[in-house]
Amino acid sequence: MSSYKIIDHEYDVVVLGAGGSGLRAAVGLSEAGLKTACVSKVFPTRSHTSAAQGGISAALGNMGEDDWRWHMYDTVKGADWLGDQDSIEYLCKEAPAAVLELEQYGVPFSRTEEGKIYQRPFGGMTKNYGNETVQRTCAAADRTGHAILHTLYGQALKHNTEFFIEYFALDLIMKDGACKGIIAWNLNDGTIHRFRSHTTIIATGGYGKVYYSATSAHTCTGDGNAMALRAGLPLQDMEFVQFHPTGIYGHGTLISEGVRGEGGYLVNSKGERFMERYAPKAKDLASRDVVSRSIAVEINEGRGIGKEQDHVHLHIDHLDPKVIDERLPGISEASKLFANVDVTKEPIPVVPTVHYNMGGIPTNYKAEVLTVNGSEKTVPGLMAIGEAACVSVHGANRLGSNSLIDLVVFGRAAAKRAAELIKPGMKHDEIDKSETDRCLDRFDKLRNSEGSNPTSELRLSMQKTMQSKCAVFRSEKTLKEGVDEIRKPYEGMDSLSVKDKSLIFNTDLVETLEFDNLIRQAITTMDSAYHRKESRGAHAREDFPKRDDENFMQHTLSWCTGSKTKINYRPVHRSTLTNDVQYFPPQERVY
Amino acid sequence: MVQFNLPANSKVEKGKYYKDNTGSKNIRKVNVYRWDPSKNENPRLDTYEVDMDNCSSKVLDVLNKIKNEIDPSVAYRRSCAHGVCGSCAMNMNGKNGLACTKAHSELDGDIDIYPLPHLKVLKDLIGDLSTLYKQYESVEPWLKTSKVNHKENIQTKDDRAKLDGLYECIMCACCSTSCPSYWWNGEKYLGPAVLLQAYRWIIDSRDEDRKERLKKVADELKLYRCHTILNCTNACPKGLNPAKAIAEIKKMLATA
Repeated sequence: MSSYKIIDHEYDVVVLGAGGSGLRAAVGLSEAGLKTACVSKVFPTRSHTSAAQGGISAALGNMGEDDWRWHMYDTVKGADWLGDQDSIEYLCKEAPAAVLELEQYGVPFSRTEEGKIYQRPFGGMTKNYGNETVQRTCAAADRTGHAILHTLYGQALKHNTEFFIEYFALDLIMKDGACKGIIAWNLNDGTIHRFRSHTTIIATGGYGKVYYSATSAHTCTGDGNAMALRAGLPLQDMEFVQFHPTGIYGHGTLISEGVRGEGGYLVNSKGERFMERYAPKAKDLASRDVVSRSIAVEINEGRGIGKEQDHVHLHIDHLDPKVIDERLPGISEASKLFANVDVTKEPIPVVPTVHYNMGGIPTNYKAEVLTVNGSEKTVPGLMAIGEAACVSVHGANRLGSNSLIDLVVFGRAAAKRAAELIKPGMKHDEIDKSETDRCLDRFDKLRNSEGSNPTSELRLSMQKTMQSKCAVFRSEKTLKEGVDEIRKPYEGMDSLSVKDKSLIFNTDLVETLEFDNLIRQAITTMDSAYHRKESRGAHAREDFPKRDDENFMQHTLSWCTGSKTKINYRPVHRSTLTNDVQYFPPQERVY
Repeated sequence: MVQFNLPANSKVEKGKYYKDNTGSKNIRKVNVYRWDPSKNENPRLDTYEVDMDNCSSKVLDVLNKIKNEIDPSVAYRRSCAHGVCGSCAMNMNGKNGLACTKAHSELDGDIDIYPLPHLKVLKDLIGDLSTLYKQYESVEPWLKTSKVNHKENIQTKDDRAKLDGLYECIMCACCSTSCPSYWWNGEKYLGPAVLLQAYRWIIDSRDEDRKERLKKVADELKLYRCHTILNCTNACPKGLNPAKAIAEIKKMLATA
């Protein structure tokens, strides 16, 4: 191995990722007086939180009566009872304070006539335990994520958080089952950095890019998840991949659920508002897994639109152009750019598109990472938040606008917990050189790959396999084929080709490292899906169409070494955090 | 006339030519600026023949096709691919924009792709934006209020509407790097992107620091190097109007 220049740092806490959750954690940590580094492969405002459109849920009650318990019930039901209700209680109870805090940070929320934060209806959000639609989703037009991300970056600057920008994290540094920091590669000058920390917070987002068509950014490669796998830790509920009902046909750009919240509706080739058949009460505002499956059935049964009959239409042309202009300006722009559609006159062609990963690094509601080694326990020095984490508040299916609130509530919780655990000035452990060597061996080996398979080809093959074998509907047959096929691109890495050998902004190598991260998650996703022989939330098995609470009220845990996985389960928490609310026992899930 | 001579090492040389090997009848030549800091070489312009029959509509799709199928070493920033993250700002046929929202059908002839003008180049199409980011920090982009009551600030719809056209800025730097004043005085003049951000906080009805904020930017170099050339507004891929924001700041100072 050629030698690399290593620069050492010591911090109380290292936050890995600078999206909504990472920034919120960094703000809290800096406020608490902890020496905090925030390491990100992109400039903070480039993070994918910026793409969130519709809003952030919290039972503020600005637009009619609301209660956090109703929000909790909706989330439990949306999750198809796979969520941990202690964590969900925490999320929904803390949500209003977290949103008000964002407002005080300066988020430019849209306003009601009285000047309060504007809230819109969203899928699965109801009043009085499922009775009627409620307006709970706080919005800054249809650019809520952008507004929150930029505001949080400003807050982090206010609190003098130290940023390490365009640093690509390679691996966790582990010692006796505890995390002692990370190793990262500085793309700006090619140096390697070793960060020692008392706590490392993984906030690296989702891994949508294992699929061919996703609303996710190019950078959504779940780097932190893969780092956890390489550290011998499990990922949880990886089979639960959310397909957003309305990605622009052919391009995959997200069209917010806020569009349906503001009155938009879906039609098939016969001009029918087909959601009335699948969800008589909630119709177009049923939860995302339900709407996506309904669209897939319409298409499969020949009622899709277009030459290939492979998409449906989303109408908002009946809405007042003034409302569109005020509340949905971003989607008008996106529809024009990517579908050449004037939304005030024509429908938008849409199709279910991969959007969100319910699965990730298992944590408790304090954001501490969990593992099972005989019994369930926390991993000292390691936390995870945001889409990278599986708390699990979203269970088998996340409700729209519950993601942004997850970012800030658990970003805040992680900072609080770290402040309890760490006293400023605590001494750092010595770390064995072998950890650094192991990490740099992999880096060096990938960098010097001289084989014949370009990363882009292996990535494409992985994405096509995931798209065809692990889609909205799954079966024993497709998944069995998928389990075999998804290992081929992994094996292809034996003869990998990396052309650029330089160290400064070597994006060929960055994408190779990202692919190495993605493929491990693709394998755990496929294997987890194969082993879950029931239908629940986003995981729909044609051969097991019913939910099976007897056998599968359990979180899937998957470890991955090379291309070998180990699958295990841990029970869903069947109790709440406090007596403020009663446990919601499983019911049939109808909208 | 004064004669300008570029330093010898910044002269852009003719680079490699990548001939099409797909046999496509619909070929477009794409010229891409290349420079690798680890090699002691001048920048060069590589030319790629791209099969346009199998290429999606945007300039970013062209670049991705080159990177995936022809030359994986081309370096550029990219992320969201739909104009919200601001990563893929670059200069295409002489105009700044986002590669992910710019349709290649709108460009005539060969496609010429350069990094954003007048930035230090880090590699290929990747420019150094660190000065702009520091200037952004200098306008203190956070709400200043003495209230700590954990209640929401009330803001009327009209006051909120004043933030429209400002808060949408994605900090891609297309505007600032199209501004001649910023080219000459980029270290001292804040430039349109940062001044638009400054105005976003000045005009926010919830902020209690308006006077101080105005005082801070009221500077010969920071603000008044804007000579209303309006390249900024012409360049903004989000349709925002930084020139107007700057004019509003000047007006507030003049009438204060």
